[in-house]
Amino acid sequence: MSTTALERYHQKIAAAATQDMVLNMGPQHPSTHGVLRLELITDGEIVKEVIPHAGYLHRCFEKHAESLTYQQTIPFTDRLDYLSSMNNSHVWVMGVERMLGIDKDIPKRVEYIRVLVCELNRIASHLISIGTYGIDIGAFTPFLWCFRDREHIMGMLEWASGSRMLYNYIWIGGLFFDLPVGFEGRCREFVDYFKPKMVELNELLTNNQIFISRTANVGILPLDVAINYGCTGPMLRGSGLKWDLRRIDNYSAYPELDFDIPCGQGLMGTVGDCWDRNKVRVDEIGESLKIIEQCLDRLQKELKRTPDFDPRAKLPRKITPKAQDYYMRGEGSKGELGFYFMTDGKSEVPFRVKARGPSFNNLSVISEMSKGIMIADLIAIIGSIDFVLGELDR
Amino acid sequence: MTFEGIKQLLTAHFGEEVVLGEETGGLQPALLIAPDRIADVCLELRNNPATYFDFLACLSGVDYGTTANKFGVVYHLTSIPYQLQLTLKISKEHGRDVNDLPSFPSVSEVYRTADWHEREAYDLVGIFFENHPDLRRILLPDDWEGYPLRKDYQAAEYYKGIKID
Repeated sequence: MSTTALERYHQKIAAAATQDMVLNMGPQHPSTHGVLRLELITDGEIVKEVIPHAGYLHRCFEKHAESLTYQQTIPFTDRLDYLSSMNNSHVWVMGVERMLGIDKDIPKRVEYIRVLVCELNRIASHLISIGTYGIDIGAFTPFLWCFRDREHIMGMLEWASGSRMLYNYIWIGGLFFDLPVGFEGRCREFVDYFKPKMVELNELLTNNQIFISRTANVGILPLDVAINYGCTGPMLRGSGLKWDLRRIDNYSAYPELDFDIPCGQGLMGTVGDCWDRNKVRVDEIGESLKIIEQCLDRLQKELKRTPDFDPRAKLPRKITPKAQDYYMRGEGSKGELGFYFMTDGKSEVPFRVKARGPSFNNLSVISEMSKGIMIADLIAIIGSIDFVLGELDR
Repeated sequence: MTFEGIKQLLTAHFGEEVVLGEETGGLQPALLIAPDRIADVCLELRNNPATYFDFLACLSGVDYGTTANKFGVVYHLTSIPYQLQLTLKISKEHGRDVNDLPSFPSVSEVYRTADWHEREAYDLVGIFFENHPDLRRILLPDDWEGYPLRKDYQAAEYYKGIKID
């Protein structure tokens, strides 16, 4: 039935004018490592049209989720946006808990540990984004610096969960383990070490004149277009809207924490350009550090570790939510991550699961943003979107 | 605006027959909309200053199982100015033949983000969207047979002579 659409597509490629060139733009942003193909119709150095082709990594998340129990799916959620796995499993787990009606019974200590590891993971994800964006533009040193600092976070999360990238740590009704003894102290050392490093990074990259010239006034995404295409996260906030689900939905421990929502202001050019999106991520790292410090304060003073504290105490014996459907959304590092559950009330396996990945929607705007731009600017635009193919292809 | 208010707004604007029912038992109430009016309803909900649902968060194609013989689409709308969420559902009874797909109007004219989401629902559940500008498969190859998220889908053993395992 869709053969007409397929024919139209082939027609479009075949009908490119003689002076036009059809180019394949291969893997470029490191988090796309070879699985996104962009087909460009170009006239000289001007990009006339971009046709994205996705689906090389498709690993059937939804199919798996519809044949496994809720706990068994948690490791698969980690593989969606594998650069910020904690955030994915947090959203999934919160959705299941809310369907079971146990979301109010989660101990405070568990909630604060969840927020702590999620924000650490958010910083790690943004560091990759900023570092690799530097590489896209041609700056190599910031990449090394970002990966050096990210390694400290990786080490800490590995210590807590036993795994380097796919943590499987946040669990329905609690956590898989309590934090290891001494984690809070080491985390505080990291924060103190990391703050001056961010100042250095900003001097080297964010406020660098070459970087500004390459990114300011490039790839401008107006706010109405961003909303219409379903962009969320730093993409939407870069266009100037303060829309952060941590504040809108007030889930987990976030209502008790004090932090701001950075958004693009067009300091170096126009609101919603590539520089603004990168700047939002840089500022969000600062806000995440603020959240981490507050979590550590609470964890070390009021919500101290006690010998009888069991992080899995609230874990229900059998997870069978009653028949309903529920859409849970949360703020992942790339934007709104949503899971839509349909349950029949009898089985331990969800009837239908749909994952709404932020990268999927964020990338869909690329053909709109890249009409009539230079090929070199396309690199800057793709990098500024910061998508992860695990979430796009699922 | 409350859920009841939105329902009244829609019936006042389009008549009683556009809202087929509602589901209020669960955590999130949902409105069941007449399938052929969904694009008009979305347009009205987006443009009306009282609702302003300007953001389509999620669009899911659903196969209701082999016994129900029903297919549907679920829309999760968000109103950014009012910080509201709304669930719309459309469904119709339809056979499971892969050469005769259930067909619904496309809302990609109203929300551009529906473009890719509808392509995905077509690709994985096998739902056809009328007036979609570019309804090609998005995640699977163009010549893939069957729709993997259907409940009666048999996993393919070979693709172009290559064993899939």
